[in-house]
This record gives sequence, C-alpha cells and structure tokens, in this order.
Amino acid sequence: MLDPLTIVVVEPDPERARLIVDALTDATDYRVHVIAERAALARQIVQRKPDLVLIDVADPSRDVIEELTLASGPLDRPVALFVDRSDEGLSTAAIEAGLSAYVVDGLTPARVKPVLDAAIARFRLMQRMRAELAETKRALEERKVIDRAKGLLMRARGIPEDEAYALLRRTAMDQGRRVADVAEALVTAAGLLG
Amino acid sequence: MRAATLEIGFVPLVDAAPLVVAHEMGFAAEEGIALEFRRAPSWSSARDALSFGQVAAAHMLAPVPVAMALGLGGGGAAIDAVSVLSVNGTVVGVSTALADRMRDAGHEFDFTDAHAAGRALIAAAPEPLRIGVPFPFSMHAELVFYWLSALGRPSPQSLSIRTVPPPLMADAIRAGEIDAFCVGEPWGSKAVEGGVGELLLPGCAIWASAPEKVLAMRRDWAEAEPDLSGRLIRAVWRAGRWLDTADGRSLAAELLSRRAYLDIAPDLIERALTGRLIRAPSGQSQTAPRFVAFHEGGANFPWRSQAAWIGGQLAARTGLDRRRAVGAASSVFRSDLYRAALKQTAADLPAASSRVEGALGVDSSVAGVRGQTTLWRNAFFDGGTFDPAL
Repeated sequence: MLDPLTIVVVEPDPERARLIVDALTDATDYRVHVIAERAALARQIVQRKPDLVLIDVADPSRDVIEELTLASGPLDRPVALFVDRSDEGLSTAAIEAGLSAYVVDGLTPARVKPVLDAAIARFRLMQRMRAELAETKRALEERKVIDRAKGLLMRARGIPEDEAYALLRRTAMDQGRRVADVAEALVTAAGLLG
Repeated sequence: MRAATLEIGFVPLVDAAPLVVAHEMGFAAEEGIALEFRRAPSWSSARDALSFGQVAAAHMLAPVPVAMALGLGGGGAAIDAVSVLSVNGTVVGVSTALADRMRDAGHEFDFTDAHAAGRALIAAAPEPLRIGVPFPFSMHAELVFYWLSALGRPSPQSLSIRTVPPPLMADAIRAGEIDAFCVGEPWGSKAVEGGVGELLLPGCAIWASAPEKVLAMRRDWAEAEPDLSGRLIRAVWRAGRWLDTADGRSLAAELLSRRAYLDIAPDLIERALTGRLIRAPSGQSQTAPRFVAFHEGGANFPWRSQAAWIGGQLAARTGLDRRRAVGAASSVFRSDLYRAALKQTAADLPAASSRVEGALGVDSSVAGVRGQTTLWRNAFFDGGTFDPAL
C-alpha cells in the first residue's frame, strides 16, 4: 500500500479553496493542505513536503513556486510543471482550465492523473462560474448606463422613455455600434459638458 | 486582404513597449499582421501560454528560453529568442533602513559606481543578504549573482536570492522578508513612491548592455512559419527604432499607461523611458544614461554569445556541466532567424553572430553585413570578459 499523496493547494479565497479540496477528497484518499497566506510561500510549501502543488494560473505567486524547480532549491526532489509524456493533452487541459500543477519528480503518471483529472474538472467549473459572474456584472453595468442615457435624453428632449430608448437604438444601428456603447458615449459627453 | 492575427503574451512592464508600439503605431498593420494581447499575471504563466500554444509569441525574460534548453523550468515545447526587445532597464534598490545605514557609513548613492555600491551594501547588510528578484531565471538574478560574487560574496551561504512577484515586492520589504531587490520598471519606482525603498543602481552599472527581454516563439512555430514570424520580427524592430527617438519615448508613456497595458500613471512610466529616476522617497532625482534601450547600439541583435553567457551563469549556480550548458544555450538565441527576417530592411547587422561579451569598453564601430555598424559598450563593471569559445 502506497502512502497517500500529499497535495498543497495555494488559494487565498476560502470558498474556492473549499471547492478544490472537496473535489480532491471525493476522488480518493489524499492529504490536502491549503495555503492561503502568500508571505514566505516557498518556505510554507517546503515544510509540507508535497508530492503535488496546485495553484491558479492567474495567481502572481506562481513564480515563487518556480524557485522550487531549481535543482539546488530547498526541496530534496525538484518539482516540475506536470507533463505526462504519454498523455500530452493533460497538461494542455490543465492550463486551459486555469490550473498549474507542480509534481515532484519521479511520481508515476498513474498516481497523478486522477488528482489532475479531478482538479481540472473543478477548475473548469470555477472558470465557468467566474465567467458567468463577470458577464452578469457587465450586463448590470450596461443596464445602468443605458438607463442614465435614457434619462438624459428624456430631460433634454422632453420625450417619453420608450422614445428615448428607440432613439438610442436607432443611433446605434446607424453607426453600427452597440446600444451600450452609444449610451456610454452620451453619458461621458454629458459629464464633460456639465 | 484580411490581416493574420497573432496572439501575443506580455507581462505589464515598461519594457513591453516594443510590442505595444508595434500594434498601436501601426507597425504590425504595415506588415499585414494584427496583434492581440494577452496580459500574463506571472512569468511562468507567460512561458507556459507560449510553450503550450496559447499564444504565438511573447515578451519574455532573456534567461527563460536558455533555462528551458538546460531543462530548468517549463514543460512544453522548446522556446527560442528571435530578437532582443530591450537592453538594460532594471534597478537595484534597498530598504530605506538599509539605505540609511549605507548613508551613515558614507555611501554617496552616485548611481554609476557598482564597486562602491556593492561594497557599501555588503558592509551594511545582514548576513545572509536577502535580495528579491522577479523570477529565478531572469537577468535580475544573473546581474545580482555576477555583481556580488565578483565582490566576494558567494552564494548561497551569504547571499539569498528569492523570487518575489514584483507586485508583492514592496510588501516583502515592508515585512522585512528581503533587504534589497532587483526589478524592472515601474516596480522600482513604485517601491520609491510607496516610501519603502531607495534605488541604489541601474542594472547597466553592472553590465553596460545586458539583454533584458526577448521576443520569444516556439521553435517549431518559428521554423514552420518563417513568413509570419518574420513579419512580427520586423514590426517589433521598427517599433524599437521609433521608441528610441525623443518623441517616441514620451508618446510611448501615454500608450503604455492605458488600461489594457500597464494601467498606471504615465509620469511613473516616463521615469524609466527618459532615464530620469526619482531615487528616494525624499524626491531626489538622478539621471541614468542608457537606462533602457530598444534599438540603439545594436540592442536588438540576439547574440549567441549573450545566450551562452546566461547558460554559463545558470550552470555555475545549478551545478550543471558548463561546457554543455554553454553549447545548449547558444542555440536558443536565433541570430539566423533574425538576419533572415531583416534582410530586406535597412537594418545594420553585424557580420558576426557571436562575440566576446564584456570586451567593448567603449562604443565601437565593427564590421557589418553592409559596411560598418555601431555597437554600444558592453563592459562588465569589474572588467571581466566572457568568451563562449573558451
């Protein structure tokens, strides 16, 4: 029986960290440590002697982990970005999902693959959630700007709301632009004119 | 005809300027290509985006492709440097507490004398001296190693070089995790603005012409797409030439300050571009000639000997075989692809592709492909030289 793998997850957001840990522990038996604090990150990682380190591609602290890939680094066994030569797709899938994985040299692909599969699936889900949230926020912002532009037109021209919106839409169509962009330009111009 | 779109990775730094300018000033469009930028949050992610095929080319630390060729870091396809984007542009800074100790001991912070600055630093610093750099494979790390080793502070017993992401550098100094740093702009100036650090030396005081960032491509892509990669090399070369004009510099500060690029105030960017730096939180300014170059003095030529120097340095501190490392390194700076791309332009190309690094004590006129070409001095502060053939 092999020792359970020790996995370090670097993630400052507790909610996201919980989602990742849940996905891993569902998959099978691992020892998972979450590091939320970025100060002295390299030392914190080394202390836990991980077989695998998982971190968001977007986290600037990732470069600190690169230091551990130096042969003369503080880890006995150098870590490397995971590349399974028998399955090139796994590394690419991880990167596309926004996940960077560092694996200690010598670990067999058979032990790494289930961990990465589970982590990749979870990162994809989180990426979708993040994209949806950003999209919702953007739509909400645009709605607000369009409302302000409508209000400006209604006051300036003394027209009702539906006419103000129709005017915005017509202008957008004539200029080949989005209604939100025309509204934005109007609000900016009105702000400049005082 | 519809322009071919190339995705380009970059890290938000002042020296991403040639790529930004190639796009914004129309040099890319002139070559029939459109650039689409992907801002990278770290050097490792920029490298991986490139080697795993998410972008066609990237703004890259000169030592990264060399490190990959030596099997250090990275796991995807091999990456080559097809031109040098910028020479110099880094600063060494110290915590305000350390600066005070150095001043008390009589150091004058003159910005030019790397001997005096290094000796003052060693005398005033704790043991081991802890220096933050952006990435383990960076010119920042190599310059610090070279400088302090030459002054008798050998690593790793008395010198600890640590990777600190530049946005976290000021915090690391404030928290007392590091005593000094070597970073690219605008991060040195940001540490000064934040009141946590003072600038000690520009990188060019250690090595007068250090290749800082390169235009990096996957080797297989660069070789399979000579037409596309050639267009990009030329567009970036023209952008660099434009950047090294007086008007270019101030307009570039405006371009770079935009939200899609660096998203910071243009005056902070202009310090690096003009070489007029604010040295300390007290507001004292200092001029650094040739603080960063994008074209002049043969800046863009990817000398095989520059890569060899980096390979030799990396081998020395990681225990790799030096001769093999120097050989492997030389092959990733692609002076051949650079020459082929610029053949049809007015570019002055040197006749040789390798030289003795550190040998030019003054600006020199050397044999070029069409007559003479001027190269800037490339001396090391201690007068050392590196001959890749030895």
